[in-house]
Amino acid sequence: MSALEALTDLADHVSEKLGDDCLHYEFERDELVLHIAPDAVCAALQLLKSDVECQFTQLISICGADYPEREARFEVVYHLLSMTLNQRVRLKVALKEGQLVPSATRVFSTAGWFERETWDMYGIFFEGNEDLRRILTDYGFNGHPLRKDFPLTGYVELRYDEEQKRVVYEPVKLTQAYRDFDNLSPWEGMTDIQLPGDEKGCVPEHGYTPADKSVGGK
Amino acid sequence: MIEATKQDDTVEVSSQTQIKPMTMNFGPQHPAAHGVLRLVLEMEGEVVERSDPHIGLLHRGTEKLIEHKTYTQALPYFDRLDYVCPMNQEHVFALATEKLLGITPPPRAQYIRVLFCELGRILNHVLNITTFALDVGAITPALWGFEEREKGMEFYDRVCGARLHANYFRPGGVSMDMPAGLAQDMLEWTDSFPKVLDDLENLLSDNRIFKQRTVDIGVASKEEALDWGFTGPMLRGSGVAWDLRKSQPYDVYEEMDFDIPVGKTGDCYARYLVRMAEMRESLKIMKQCLNKMPEGPVKIDDRKVSPPPRAEMKDSMEALIHHFKLFTEGYHVPKGETYTAVEAPKGEFGVYLVSDGSNKPYRCHIRAPGFAHLQALDFVSKGHQLADVVANIGSMDVVFGEIDR
Repeated sequence: MSALEALTDLADHVSEKLGDDCLHYEFERDELVLHIAPDAVCAALQLLKSDVECQFTQLISICGADYPEREARFEVVYHLLSMTLNQRVRLKVALKEGQLVPSATRVFSTAGWFERETWDMYGIFFEGNEDLRRILTDYGFNGHPLRKDFPLTGYVELRYDEEQKRVVYEPVKLTQAYRDFDNLSPWEGMTDIQLPGDEKGCVPEHGYTPADKSVGGK
Repeated sequence: MIEATKQDDTVEVSSQTQIKPMTMNFGPQHPAAHGVLRLVLEMEGEVVERSDPHIGLLHRGTEKLIEHKTYTQALPYFDRLDYVCPMNQEHVFALATEKLLGITPPPRAQYIRVLFCELGRILNHVLNITTFALDVGAITPALWGFEEREKGMEFYDRVCGARLHANYFRPGGVSMDMPAGLAQDMLEWTDSFPKVLDDLENLLSDNRIFKQRTVDIGVASKEEALDWGFTGPMLRGSGVAWDLRKSQPYDVYEEMDFDIPVGKTGDCYARYLVRMAEMRESLKIMKQCLNKMPEGPVKIDDRKVSPPPRAEMKDSMEALIHHFKLFTEGYHVPKGETYTAVEAPKGEFGVYLVSDGSNKPYRCHIRAPGFAHLQALDFVSKGHQLADVVANIGSMDVVFGEIDR
């Protein structure tokens, strides 16, 4: 039995056991992804951990992802590893802004810091994590830096002030405005428009495409 | 460096003695903290009740920066994560990108990558074992080990031009072929290096002081190691025979003949022994790579992913355009996502890469083994004395480049 077939059997088994809690599952480049309802996270993790046919005894990581254009903006992604089956599985939970997700610390001790990091980076609140402090950012940091609407430069910069004899925080002052080059084309304005004489070439797939197709020549 | 603050409440131990519980600040500038680690220790006398690591002092926002860079530009950030074995980190990003692109590097490139990953493992373990020994009171291993480590760094230097920030592995292969004579020199080094390992073992393995400081310190059972997400030598030290190079082989690890050393006791000493044995296995793999390495190209022959050779650009307009496009726009990676992991010297180093079809990663989560290990410091140090916390940190092999990201 190939690895993919085994993984398909596993997916059927898990989705059957979880019932409605498992919204659906899919295969992404031969990796199993289970979409789980937010309230059922602990139940799903517990099942995957203790079920004889799963034995996903290791929680590898928890991370967030931000998709601002979706209604349920955030995604919490759990990666599990089963050493007995030699398989990996990915759990995904979709969350709206401000929605809570139960903490996995009851099931896996290692979840604590990963949840702290996800809270720090995305502002996703894990209900039941008793130590949900910021972890990677500065003491007293404002905002959640990995959100897509958080600028790369941040909002504050700090320097040592000789007069006050301490480190002071100031709003970011850039001598030159931060320019986010998309590098899609070195010629600005020609990024993804139909170039005259290039109609036979493929239609640009990515980035900005004007609604007015008449830009291209005849 | 270490400062203590008194707390108001006191604990009655007996009618005569009174021990005041203390909160102690360890680091962030402390020679045994292996970087910028700040520990807040709650002490009861000399015994540690709770340790609370404060990390993030080296946080550079790598994941955010990668979201704003093309795939080519994102790769060097991986050198800066675990700067003790940079190429092992590059490997995981290269593998993840290759998986999304659906390409396989040519055999010679795979051999070179495995060769330098194993060299990286030795460099890492030499640094870890010697500094660990330094922390618990032995200076000589550091003096001997670092000299030998420098020879390994010279191989890095010769193959890519940099001792630390290699930027050598690329999606689709490696950036350039090994220079003439390097393979021979490396082969000679693999013959001479076991002598250094013997010397280190003579210094440490039966050393009474070293054993007193490490045996039965920071014990983690099999179940605890799994529960706390241990990987790599930390997990194998606790008796779990698990190595991604064997169980989920990538590149040419499948063709290699090597063993997985496993510890029995799960303490600091077992982890030391595992690392020591792993270095000898790595030498075996390096030898096999050097002997079996085929001739041929070192990067994929697809001009949409890997740049053309410099000579070709002199007389081919198309090559010039490809080069220009690759180093401005970069290549587009098909929509999709993957979690790819490698057995880095410290444990499972993984990357969760999400592509939206553009030339930049949409999301790149980095799973660093040290992050999970350091979290368990509280649990392994509980009830130990202050000096044992230092031994625990040393045996965890923490590097803040990867933990703080």
